[in-house]
Amino acid sequence: MVSPTSSTATPEGGAPSVEKLKDAVIRLAGNSQDGIQTIGGFLARLAGRSDQDVMTYMTIPSTISGGPSIFQVRMGSGEVLSAGDQADFLVAFYQHSYESHISFLREGGVLIYDTDHVKPNLDDKRFVHCGVAITGLTIEACGGAAKDKGKNMFVLGLLARLFSLKVDKLRALITERFGTKDGDVLRNAFLAFDAGYAYTVEGLLKRYYAFEDPVRPNACPQVTMDGNQAIAYGLIAAGCRYGAAYPITPWSSIMEILRTELPKYGGTFVQCEDELAAVSLALGAAYAGHLSMTGSSGPGLSLKMEALGWAVMAEMPLVVVNIQRGGPSTGLPTNVEQSDLMQAIYGSHGDAPRVVVAPQNVEDCFYLTMDACRIAKEYSVPVIILSDQALSSRIEAFDEPDLEKIMVKPVLDLSPRGEDFKPYPLDRMTRHAPPGTPMKGAYPTVTGLEHDEGGHPTGNPALHMKMTAKRRDKLRQLAATLPVPEVCGDQDGDVLLVGWGSTWGPIREAVKRGQAAGQKIAHLHLRHIHPLPNGLEPIFARYRQVFVVEVNDEGLYGFGQLATLLRARYALNKIRSITKTDGLTYRVREILEGVRRLSGEQTSTFSLYPGA
Amino acid sequence: MSSTVEAPAPRQPLKKKDLTADHPTWCPGCGDFAVLASFYRFLEKAQIPHEKIVVLAGIGCSSRFPYFVNSHSGHFIHGRSIPFASGVSLSRDDLHVFVFGGDGDGFSIGGNHLFHGARKNINLTYVIMDNSVYGLTKKQTSPTSPIGFKTKTDPTGAFDRPVNPMKALLASGATFIARSHAAQVNHMVDMYERAYAHKGFSVIEILSECVEFYPGAFDAAVPRKGGKFVEVQLKKGDGTPDDAQRHDPSDADAAFRLANLEAPGVYGVFYQVNPPSKNELEAQLVAKSRERVKHAAHIDVLRGTFARMR
Repeated sequence: MVSPTSSTATPEGGAPSVEKLKDAVIRLAGNSQDGIQTIGGFLARLAGRSDQDVMTYMTIPSTISGGPSIFQVRMGSGEVLSAGDQADFLVAFYQHSYESHISFLREGGVLIYDTDHVKPNLDDKRFVHCGVAITGLTIEACGGAAKDKGKNMFVLGLLARLFSLKVDKLRALITERFGTKDGDVLRNAFLAFDAGYAYTVEGLLKRYYAFEDPVRPNACPQVTMDGNQAIAYGLIAAGCRYGAAYPITPWSSIMEILRTELPKYGGTFVQCEDELAAVSLALGAAYAGHLSMTGSSGPGLSLKMEALGWAVMAEMPLVVVNIQRGGPSTGLPTNVEQSDLMQAIYGSHGDAPRVVVAPQNVEDCFYLTMDACRIAKEYSVPVIILSDQALSSRIEAFDEPDLEKIMVKPVLDLSPRGEDFKPYPLDRMTRHAPPGTPMKGAYPTVTGLEHDEGGHPTGNPALHMKMTAKRRDKLRQLAATLPVPEVCGDQDGDVLLVGWGSTWGPIREAVKRGQAAGQKIAHLHLRHIHPLPNGLEPIFARYRQVFVVEVNDEGLYGFGQLATLLRARYALNKIRSITKTDGLTYRVREILEGVRRLSGEQTSTFSLYPGA
Repeated sequence: MSSTVEAPAPRQPLKKKDLTADHPTWCPGCGDFAVLASFYRFLEKAQIPHEKIVVLAGIGCSSRFPYFVNSHSGHFIHGRSIPFASGVSLSRDDLHVFVFGGDGDGFSIGGNHLFHGARKNINLTYVIMDNSVYGLTKKQTSPTSPIGFKTKTDPTGAFDRPVNPMKALLASGATFIARSHAAQVNHMVDMYERAYAHKGFSVIEILSECVEFYPGAFDAAVPRKGGKFVEVQLKKGDGTPDDAQRHDPSDADAAFRLANLEAPGVYGVFYQVNPPSKNELEAQLVAKSRERVKHAAHIDVLRGTFARMR
């Protein structure tokens, strides 16, 4: 048994050469119970610890156990913007993994396959074939009792050798992950890992690989997490201590984290009987004077709509997280779609203006969540955070937040209120007096009925108009304070790509590639979607064409949901749509194909998957 | 009860005049007036610090209650008053949460929430003013309307079997269950006091006549109209032969037998047990969790988490 001790493995005498890589896309394809997410997670965290950039892409079947699953990790020493259009390395555990994913391997890419399960077409000379008896060697290493349980760790060892990864850091991660379980689990993990690391691939591959030294050495430490974790910890950093929800994929991991974490901060998270109870309970905590939240995915957001309307009417601060998935109805629970935008902005009966924001990557999940909390409190309004399935499961590394600077302390303001206190003043922002507040004058009633300044029900038309205007104008005030988003790429030119949410990375990469190919192209990403920031017209005016890239349907009239809103808001014919609904994140070349088609034709829209 | 606010001057006793607010919009003669009046009287007796009283409701005639009590109050949406009140109670254990609603709010649109609020034993008092008809929307069938009752949605008479409120409450797992009648002010005050003293989910069903759409519905329990108001006699534990005949409120089977009595039935405490409330259990979880992080400052707890994500 060889147990490597040096931090960077050096192939010994007569070994193949080492090729330096800027970045690599590694796709692991197997079944969901094989623990390939574990390999991917280790690689992602290792990259984070090594000051490298990393982005992962994961698909999971919605079935309880079993079914094909992939985890793709792109790690590199430069800025990693997307999970990659093509894989440089494919690890295939089964014949179906090979057959489904070989088309994703780039020409000249390396196929690593389990010779115990996969019979590849060795005549296909486009790829480098590297067959390893993964199953057999794992059983041999761990002994029969563990069966093939350690296959993932064997592959991790193999990859560690192949990419000259920092073995001491990997071993530390393995110990952190399995160390708390019984000793056999950790022992077997190391046995399998070491066997994979010791396996000689010299006969099969011409070279080993190593990542270039990162461009950001000695920068602040990086944290590695997925988008849902970033939202959960963003809520905590923003001072949110109370919440309630009902489980639904892909939202659930946030409530799991908060249920465990909030009590450590003196708070409480309640699992409710349904979505209606969840939003209602969260509103109860908000009425009681706390910064409070609820969350869900598409179907759950639909169910919360009536109570959300109450929050608008009663001017109650609330943060609502919505992890979008494919819809409508139960739809595609484990796929990505950006089709809840209209529901987030306009769901609920009546004129019910609320705030909608959408984080652009995992790091933004943290910071924009904090901003959502700030807005909810300052404007006494519900704020919806629109994330999506892709962000929820995507692992990225980012600079550890400077908590000293940004951490918000929760405040429960029960200071006595004077004679002149009004719950709903027309001339200033609503600031509720939560229960427990001694009142000099009348005690306040918060209400979903239209009301006067004192909270008394009224059907007076003039008051209804004034109060409607009040609820609308505070969002206009917010809009005036929002930063105008930065334009990346050419500052004027032919095409401006506009995006929102998780498409940020692929659009940015598309613009870089487009510019490299001589196009005059730029990218504008909207994080605050309702209200929109002021100052977008002058930006749109600098481009001949504006294409809105979204993962939703082109609709009856040829435009995606954000495109529809922007066309209504700015009345610009040059705003057109690039859409798709295949349940997957955008590939860079899909965006570039959309740009090519729309630029050359007069069609209103480009959908990758029309009709059918 | 601990108070988070300094109160320097000695408090004036809380009087009815401090507690009245908007004039009730109910029809003249409505049973809800008496429910409100007895609530004022209970508050005068209980002397809860004014700012700690919270009155919440959903939607319906009876759910207008919050506007008529000068206290911190909230008028929420139809059927969801229990989860809303749960959010207040669980996040603010220093408050006293009273929820008012009708039979539609509680047993129809909000039935599921009643069940779960009860089984979780959330510390609050829920008063269901049951008139067996939808009054606010002008006479449609309610979940407690008896078979044969003619309404605008059942013009030939209702034929869906009604909910038996006391049986539903017993099955829900509520830890204090009582029944009263709007014609019995002293009895209502007594039930309020017992419910308020109970730690956990206390619920009182009060039969409250709708004079407009279901007059005379509960006359069978009104002595001056020829009915009989029979109170539940609770065990005194005095060892007398009479005591053996009295009701043991911790006996669920006995409570179900009371609930099964023909109308007009009996009034009083049907059931009371004292498991820990969710408020207490959540507080224990917080205490344990704070212990585990060694009572560290919040910023250090989060720093520690990030350190593990490096």
